[in-house]
Amino acid sequence: MSTKNTVKWTKKHLLGIEDLSAEEIQLILDHAVGFKEVLERPIPKVPTLRGKTIVNMFCEPSTRTRSSFELAAKRLSADTLNLATASSSFLKGETLKDTARNIEAMKVDMIVMRHACPGAPHFLSGCVGASVINAGDGAHEHPTQALLDVFTIREKLGKVKGLKVSIIGDIAHSRVARSNIWALTKLGAKVTVCGPKTLIPVEIEKMGVRATYDVKEALSGADVLNMLRIQLERQKRPLFPSIREYVREFGINSRLLEKHAKKEVMIMHPGPINRGVELSQDVADGEYSVILNQVTNGVAVRMAVLFLLGHVKKEQVGEQHKKMMKNKLTIP
Amino acid sequence: MSMDRARGKRQRDEMELKLKSRILDAEGIKRTLQRISHEILEKNQGGVELAIIGIRCRGAYLAERIAENIKTIEGKETPVGALDITMYRDDLTEIAEQPVVHSTEIEFDITGKKIILVDDVLFSGRTVRCALDELIDFGRPANIQLAVLIDRGHRELPIRPDFVGKNIPTAKEESVEVRLKNVDGVEEVVVLA
Repeated sequence: MSTKNTVKWTKKHLLGIEDLSAEEIQLILDHAVGFKEVLERPIPKVPTLRGKTIVNMFCEPSTRTRSSFELAAKRLSADTLNLATASSSFLKGETLKDTARNIEAMKVDMIVMRHACPGAPHFLSGCVGASVINAGDGAHEHPTQALLDVFTIREKLGKVKGLKVSIIGDIAHSRVARSNIWALTKLGAKVTVCGPKTLIPVEIEKMGVRATYDVKEALSGADVLNMLRIQLERQKRPLFPSIREYVREFGINSRLLEKHAKKEVMIMHPGPINRGVELSQDVADGEYSVILNQVTNGVAVRMAVLFLLGHVKKEQVGEQHKKMMKNKLTIP
Repeated sequence: MSMDRARGKRQRDEMELKLKSRILDAEGIKRTLQRISHEILEKNQGGVELAIIGIRCRGAYLAERIAENIKTIEGKETPVGALDITMYRDDLTEIAEQPVVHSTEIEFDITGKKIILVDDVLFSGRTVRCALDELIDFGRPANIQLAVLIDRGHRELPIRPDFVGKNIPTAKEESVEVRLKNVDGVEEVVVLA
């Protein structure tokens, strides 16, 4: 597939979808098509990032994202280093900034970071010279997840513009929801968010989406359902009476789909799935579920991101980022 | 010669290059490709186990045309593929422009096949080096032969073509452009200086 992008990649960091233009999102997706083909080769490895070192700094648990980033880096021949909270000096009280600067002193080119605090990668990008990729910061953003979600939608349905996408579940605590809303609305999809009243932020409509508390309304006419996990670990106090009640009101099962949704509605989930909670067994493994495709595409999309950030030239680094570097950015 | 093309484009951005001469027109390109197709068949005994792979972007179109010629001559299909060498470039850290990745399309097993690698202009040889590295990651072909429309000299690597459309002596600062209707809307080969 040939790319007809006129836009050039000028960002040094990938901190969130909010800062990206629709053209920049398309550019990443177009590149991911090429990298997906690499993954299907007999030797799924290319020498593109040979000599670059990428650090995975994960200060929160992760299976999919961390292994996906690590695999993406390895498929591009970069060297990777994994840091997990449990085995690093965070526990000895070293600050984030100190840890990062020490790692940087070992000459790394990119830092992939997950942190429980929103804005942590933004803070980091202001104190290190390496490129920083946000792999999830608290409830703020998870840009590569949104990119792989829109990539999967574009791949399966041929477009994103004009599609009706419903995001159902814990919207308030979800960085996946926030990044997805940015990506989908920028690409022209019509987004509906749905969940219990306590899990939908007030004024979410300002992000350009429709909010509903009735799952049937979210299902009707939707082309894509993106189901979110109930994040009990982020709820400081219970926000709905019981899991059982949540399942009854918002859990998706084949009976509900048959009655209220389009037959071929695409089912997505960023994982890990709480089977029997947000999705019933048969729907999660059903014909229209693309959950495992999302995981495969995740590697391709992350390769595209690493490639673009790995080759951005100093003189290309956009004004916005220059300014940010200069002001050492305060956490938004 | 996508790598050299990028280099040429950079030079052009610095100073506007002017048309020096027109080497081939549409008819000339067509005839040259026909001769190359015949030579390929002559050397490979009627094209047994042959596959043609073009280097993106213009080499890929030339590969398709050569495959069509072979079909007309021998009456049988030859598998065609397209190779994008961006991920194998050795100058990714040096080039001024952001490289763009296109997809490689090789939908057949290259192991045991005689591969004709096609590009528009052979210059430094670095693009061919990338293509060879990439091809070998796809399998183990019986052999790889190189066909180019234009050989303009100035090799930086020990690479030589097996089939050449036209040898053009050039100065290193000059730029040779193959323009095809599929990409550029016109059919010609020009030297810019």
